Amino acid sequence: MRHTISLLVRNKPGVLSHIAGLFSARGYNIDSLTVGETDDNTVSRMTIVTIGDDRIVEQVSKQLNKLIDVIKVVDLTDQPFVDRELVLIKVQAEGEKRSQIIEITDIFRAKIVDVSPKTITVEITGDDSKIQAIIELLSPFGIKEIARTGKVAIARGREAGKNKGGATC
Amino acid sequence: MLMSGSEILLDALEKEGVEVMFGFPGGAILPVYDAIYDSKIRHILVRHEQGAAHAADGYARSTGKVGVCIATSGPGATNLVTGIATAYMDSIPMVAITGQVGTDLLGNDSFQEADIFGITIPITKYNYLVKKVEDLPGIIKEAFYIARTGRPGPVLIDIPKNVQVAKIEYDGYPKEISISSYNPTIKGNPRQIKLAAEAISKAERPVIYAGGGVIISGAADELKQFAEKIEAPVTMTLMGLGGFPGTHILSMGMLGMHGTHAANHAVTESDLLIAIGARFDDRVTGKLSAFAPNAKVIHIDIDPAEIGKRKKADIPIVGDIKQVLQSLIKEIKTKSHSDWAKRIENWKAKHPLTYKNEKGKLKPQFVIEKIYEVTKGDAIITTEVGQNQMWAAQYYKFDKPRKFLTSGGLGTMGYGFPAAIGAQAANPGKVVFDIAGDGSIQMNIQELGTAVCSKLPVKIAILNNFNLGMVRQWQELFFNKRYSNTCLSGNPDFVALAKAYGAHGILVKKQEEVIPAIKEAMKINDRPTIIDFRVEPEENVFPMVPAGAAITDMIQLA
Ligand SMILES: Cc1cc2nc3c(=O)[nH]c(=O)nc-3n(C[C@H](O)[C@H](O)[C@H](O)COP(=O)(O)OP(=O)(O)OC[C@H]3O[C@@H](n4cnc5c(N)ncnc54)[C@H](O)[C@@H]3O)c2cc1C
Ligand SMILES: Cc1ncc(C[n+]2csc(CCOP(=O)(O)OP(=O)(O)O)c2C)c(N)n1
Repeated sequence: MRHTISLLVRNKPGVLSHIAGLFSARGYNIDSLTVGETDDNTVSRMTIVTIGDDRIVEQVSKQLNKLIDVIKVVDLTDQPFVDRELVLIKVQAEGEKRSQIIEITDIFRAKIVDVSPKTITVEITGDDSKIQAIIELLSPFGIKEIARTGKVAIARGREAGKNKGGATC
Repeated sequence: MLMSGSEILLDALEKEGVEVMFGFPGGAILPVYDAIYDSKIRHILVRHEQGAAHAADGYARSTGKVGVCIATSGPGATNLVTGIATAYMDSIPMVAITGQVGTDLLGNDSFQEADIFGITIPITKYNYLVKKVEDLPGIIKEAFYIARTGRPGPVLIDIPKNVQVAKIEYDGYPKEISISSYNPTIKGNPRQIKLAAEAISKAERPVIYAGGGVIISGAADELKQFAEKIEAPVTMTLMGLGGFPGTHILSMGMLGMHGTHAANHAVTESDLLIAIGARFDDRVTGKLSAFAPNAKVIHIDIDPAEIGKRKKADIPIVGDIKQVLQSLIKEIKTKSHSDWAKRIENWKAKHPLTYKNEKGKLKPQFVIEKIYEVTKGDAIITTEVGQNQMWAAQYYKFDKPRKFLTSGGLGTMGYGFPAAIGAQAANPGKVVFDIAGDGSIQMNIQELGTAVCSKLPVKIAILNNFNLGMVRQWQELFFNKRYSNTCLSGNPDFVALAKAYGAHGILVKKQEEVIPAIKEAMKINDRPTIIDFRVEPEENVFPMVPAGAAITDMIQLA
């Protein structure tokens, strides 16, 4: 099963290597990983999407928690959360296809960010299902390139989750 | 005061209480060596950086303090890698300091540049590349703190040459440190401790499975009190030996692949397994589903990630063993299990560890028994890896912690001798024996130079079977006696080799020569001694559980 894990980490050199290294050393999968500063510039938030059964994901969380630079680990999958990904899709667009593409873009409240004589580039932000849907609809026109940011996610409402070092057991 | 990075480093090491460090110089660490020239700290010059890392490890294991090793950039740093990985696998506190090319040269494939920060990420608890001399004092403080607290481990500090040279106004070594993201849990959760006490009071066939964590935590006394109060038999992992007295009536010795009959059967039939600072290693559990299949599991460990990693814990307790046991001892009532104790006594009596001591043959087990007798069980024993290691674990009875230093997790051949050097440097008056194989000893034999030069009277007992014995044993049992590349016919004359280095050498071929040789070695206190014991070449370690089998499926002595 797919799990979305949100981490707060100390904004130190090498922290990304430590985290990426953990995944490769222990053979865990990374579906996507995003990172960016929080409101506190000494702290970054990472969102990691990983695949594994409950036992493996529990180990992933615990091993992440063990890293010295990791402040907090929350498996968002256990609670209500919002996730978003930004995707740029360059579609083949000639003649009357252009208007159809523009129509689809409008329906999805996506944006056209670049136009050339033969292509249109669409920017879409959304959760998995929305992105999946627009990709499906645009595919018949011929997708030339896709660039995805990977998911960012945040818990809904007041943030809950276990703090590092807190008694988990 | 205006001070250079190197001077600050040495001041910091002194403030951390470092008495001895082990290292080998080179271009990128020269400024530090220049500062060492003026320092009070003893520096032991090794002959290979791997020796420095293992010596620091031996220093740490025998004292509980942080071991320090030091090397230059590139090849010096990469030579430390095996020693760092060895310490990491066994949770040993160590700080490794490496020189690095200047920050302006970093990333240019400069002369003797290796990305040791990147290389050591998976084998350190934490590591640093120091970019500014201003950061150095805080980093050293953090490094020592991280290395020795929580679940200990090695920490590497990579210091570019210009940072070693740069001067800053130094207002003293920081006194306090706090790392917001690092707070190991020390006290056990009282609710969990209550649950554990209840489970203990209901248990009829409890077994304590004690690991290296007991020694790390300094909880040997608490463990003894605990075991005696509930009359539970105790088995130890290879790393746990000495955490509970090996001669105690409740001791069943080691469990696992080369464990005792009593230990493996007791675990299998137990209804409550109390795992204390042990990590359910595959060498211990064998087939996991058949390991303590009917037992409730209490698992005490400081590292939450160990809980449930291999086997589900019914009652996990995260915390430091010493503290957890102190609380648990208060919570439990005195118990006795006379039927269970009788069965265990019976197993012990019927299936003790044994070997055939044939006349005219020199058995390696016999040699260890004699070392045990002559040293009155009070020596610090290090081992290499293989049969020598298992026989040492089986036939030397450790009553106290920090007396048995062995590479368990990584199984590093070549560990024992440099570790003995580190232990001897830390414990000048004590007898230190490296129980070695003729294969392993040749992996770091060059350290004879170190021991001679530093006047360290380490004793090396080579159980010389002219074979890579443990591998040969596997070939005999599981590969149709196809002895591919395990015969060591090119062994040197170890006595002559010892002499060439200025060490002492003794050759032993017969049983009756064993005790006199050990006594002779014990008298020498200004240089190392090699005893070349020519043992039976095809002796095997028994009992043995084939890899992946249930631990009661033991191959016994035929
Ligand atoms: C050739 C060979 C054969 C071997 N055969 C055997 C065998 O037959 N039997 C055997 O037992 N081993 C054997 N080993 C060793 C084996 O590979 C493992 O190294 C060993 O079993 C691990 O011991 P441990 O479980 O005690 O864990 P350790 O590696 O000692 O780990 C210590 C545990 O304690 C925890 N801890 C540390 N400090 C504290 C604290 N203060 N409070 C609480 N918890 C703490 C740590 O988090 C960790 O989980 C063999 C090794 C070799 C090389
Ligand atoms: C560095 C390293 N290389 C290879 C091995 C695999 N190995 C484990 S035991 C062993 C044989 C050791 O032979 P020796 O030191 O003579 O000891 P013996 O088993 O004969 O006592 C080998 C090769 C290892 N553990 N470490």
